[in-house]
Amino acid sequence: MIPWFTYSRPNSLKDAVKQLSVPGTRLHAGGTDLLGCLRDGVVAADKLVSISHLAELRGITRTGNGSVRIGALTTLTEIAEHPYIMEHYAALSEGASSAASPQLRNQGTIGGNISQRPRCWYFRGDFHCLRKGGEACYAVAGENQFHCIVGGQSCFIVHPSDTAPALIALEARVRITGPQGTRTLPLESFFVGPQKDFTRENVLDAGDILTEILLPAPAANHRSSYRKVRARGAWDFALAGVALSVRFSNGIVQLARIVLSGVAPVPWRVREAEKIVTGKEIDDETASQAAAACVKDAVPLAKNEYKLHLVRGVVEEALLAMKQA
Amino acid sequence: MEKEKIDAAQESSPGITRRGFLQTVGIGTLEIAVVGAVAPAVQAETRQRGNLVPLTLKVNGQRHELHVEPRWTLLYVLREKLELTGTKPGCDRGECGACTVLIDDRPRYSCLTLALEADGHEITTVEGLMHGEQLGPVQEAFVQEDGFQCGFCTPGQVVAAEGLLRHTANPDIGEIRTGMSGNLCRCGAYGHIFKAVQRAAILRK
Repeated sequence: MIPWFTYSRPNSLKDAVKQLSVPGTRLHAGGTDLLGCLRDGVVAADKLVSISHLAELRGITRTGNGSVRIGALTTLTEIAEHPYIMEHYAALSEGASSAASPQLRNQGTIGGNISQRPRCWYFRGDFHCLRKGGEACYAVAGENQFHCIVGGQSCFIVHPSDTAPALIALEARVRITGPQGTRTLPLESFFVGPQKDFTRENVLDAGDILTEILLPAPAANHRSSYRKVRARGAWDFALAGVALSVRFSNGIVQLARIVLSGVAPVPWRVREAEKIVTGKEIDDETASQAAAACVKDAVPLAKNEYKLHLVRGVVEEALLAMKQA
Repeated sequence: MEKEKIDAAQESSPGITRRGFLQTVGIGTLEIAVVGAVAPAVQAETRQRGNLVPLTLKVNGQRHELHVEPRWTLLYVLREKLELTGTKPGCDRGECGACTVLIDDRPRYSCLTLALEADGHEITTVEGLMHGEQLGPVQEAFVQEDGFQCGFCTPGQVVAAEGLLRHTANPDIGEIRTGMSGNLCRCGAYGHIFKAVQRAAILRK
């Protein structure tokens, strides 16, 4: 049984922010990650504030200037099956449809998918690890086959989201409402790696609610994709993955964003690889060079060197597939 | 004459059901546990009772007025309060799919859904797929295709299949594999399960 808590379901964003500003309170959206964390004692809560009655946080809408607004409570299924998202933001629909299982996609929200806690088995298990206020990261000398190969420092989690890399590639921004008001920032700046603060994964503070995701209007000659490698064909987290967003002009890459999943504590953007393909045609050589750049700074742990090969393979494959598409 | 009366009485009285028996045994165990730790158990009980919250659940077309603890999952309430024990507790952590129910026609894990969050939604459990005492078409398809071995995951598989077919009436094998991917079968009866879903698509028409 989940430890005891009280429950509230406010009818306004303002009230929700107010209630969530009280210490010991936690936000409930889809609940798929939260209930697991509460049951395993990873986090504690005296009170849950459910935002499920905030209808304005739901749904996908196109604004006047062609950009797209996705409410944070929109489910992964709704995003995966949305015709406009499928057509113009393929990386996002591919990320959403490859996350978790059908049941979890029907319940899990995009806001929750971006803000979910890491799946590191020491963090989720009975280990008082660094991220939970302890002294050490047990992955360093432990079972680290699913941990990060880049961006780790003191803590070696990987960010588990499949939609976040896709959204960063697509230049998404997020809107957050908190006790100090509302702010909008690029999703790329939303995530916090362990070198900056190993007790958090993102910038959300007490009382903050991620309310919406904003995607720029679809550009001409633009393509995007998300490719994920996992141990099973479905219902598994990424061992390695890549979100691509590329603008072409007569077959030449004008602009590229390359963001990796499954290999770093935050969705990992590789600017050097982006530079390699920009201004060129994608061919075997550029794809191979870009793939090599993606692992240039990687330092694998004892049991995850295989990820270097996976990253190179998946990046190369995704780039070449995009050329042919 | 006398014997007939007795038989008739036994027939009409509920008697000891398997579930009732298990519940009696369960209560016995609880009493023993309380003796070992009186103070914390009583304290927990008091705290919970003070926090029961009213809830109306609509399950299989029927409305139920309940009082629940906020922490109770839909799975717990279905099984322990409404005695709808067709929905199975497997992993109790959103991984295996044995607890799958439909919420507004979409399959969801009832172990990861707070009962309070199901407020205002239509819930369908495996019991709701019956036509009276007759099996529904998806259930019938699982029987015909032998879509199970031990059977524990089957209610969840059946409900997941129903949810898939409500949205995709004629799924191809890829759609079936994806649609059923949130339900694990420890016996590995997947081949038969996929055939059962294909047959269910035909029987539902």
